[in-house]
Amino acid sequence: MSAQVSSIDELKTTPWAGGKSPFNVEYGKMMMWFFLLSDAFTFSSLLIAYGALRFSAHTWPMADLIFQSVPGMIDHGAPLVFVGIMTFILILSSVTMVLAVEAGHRMAKKEVVGWMIATVIGGFMFLGCQALEWSHLHHEGFWWGSIPHELGEYFKAKKDISAVSTQQFANLFFTITGFHGFHVFSGVIINIIITINVLAGTYEKRGSYLMIEKVGLYWHFVDLVWVFVFTFFYLV
Amino acid sequence: MSSQHTEELHQDEHHGEGMTKGRILKVAGILSAITAVEFFIALYLVPHDIMPLHIANPIYIVLTLFKAFYIVAFFMHLKFERIGLMIAIIVPILFIIGLILVLTNESHYWIDLRG
Repeated sequence: MSAQVSSIDELKTTPWAGGKSPFNVEYGKMMMWFFLLSDAFTFSSLLIAYGALRFSAHTWPMADLIFQSVPGMIDHGAPLVFVGIMTFILILSSVTMVLAVEAGHRMAKKEVVGWMIATVIGGFMFLGCQALEWSHLHHEGFWWGSIPHELGEYFKAKKDISAVSTQQFANLFFTITGFHGFHVFSGVIINIIITINVLAGTYEKRGSYLMIEKVGLYWHFVDLVWVFVFTFFYLV
Repeated sequence: MSSQHTEELHQDEHHGEGMTKGRILKVAGILSAITAVEFFIALYLVPHDIMPLHIANPIYIVLTLFKAFYIVAFFMHLKFERIGLMIAIIVPILFIIGLILVLTNESHYWIDLRG
């Protein structure tokens, strides 16, 4: 028996040597990241389908001609103003979410509750705006499988008018913003549940507000998706 | 072993803390500013024919990618995670970008087919 340990039996201490998480994050947080990655695939497939259909069409309705109104205030002539308000609401609710995470690191229960409630309100405001936007488009005649009779006002030139493109636009718009809106809705519900847990002192007992970070990841992802939806549906 | 494990996690979490209130507000300011620039292009530069659409569109996409970077790196804290997690998240995203490039090319072919 030699006292020498062969190099193969030496204890390795590298991150991938086993015995501890090489990612150094808690299990639930890592799984949230992987879920978001899979969700990114789903949203990408929808946006890629949108891109492929749009690039293979000769003409496409102009977003700044379709989105012209601010519900309840301006009926016509305010292109993209309403969606701008929606975008800022969602970015702001993302900011209040990070502030909740930051307060969680300091174990400041009251601040966490305050910022979480602000985030929930931001989420509801966004959903309300989206409901108004949907009903406005619906009144104009857009829906899955239906478009207005007169299409002239949605295209720059008369020769560009295409019912096929407009129908594709309507279908894709309601599908993609609907799927995103469903994510926002789930996020708001999750945020409410977490806020109730914070109020009940669940995380104070647990000794860490890591759960806030996990729902925060989901909420930021929803914001991230909106950034892309906003660019590709309203700007480009 | 497992208790030692969680202790390590906690230590690292506090060590890797990178988001202070000042930094959060700075990132929020950058995101708002980029959005404002996008609106300036969409509502002023393009309708007044100062900037043509085929130049504005790539600018929108680059600005959007900047926004995505700031949200993922700072709000979602990925910049302060271990390199292993960063690679595990970012590399699959590169495949998506590849698919976007391939299908954009494909749709240019479709439009030729439709004639």
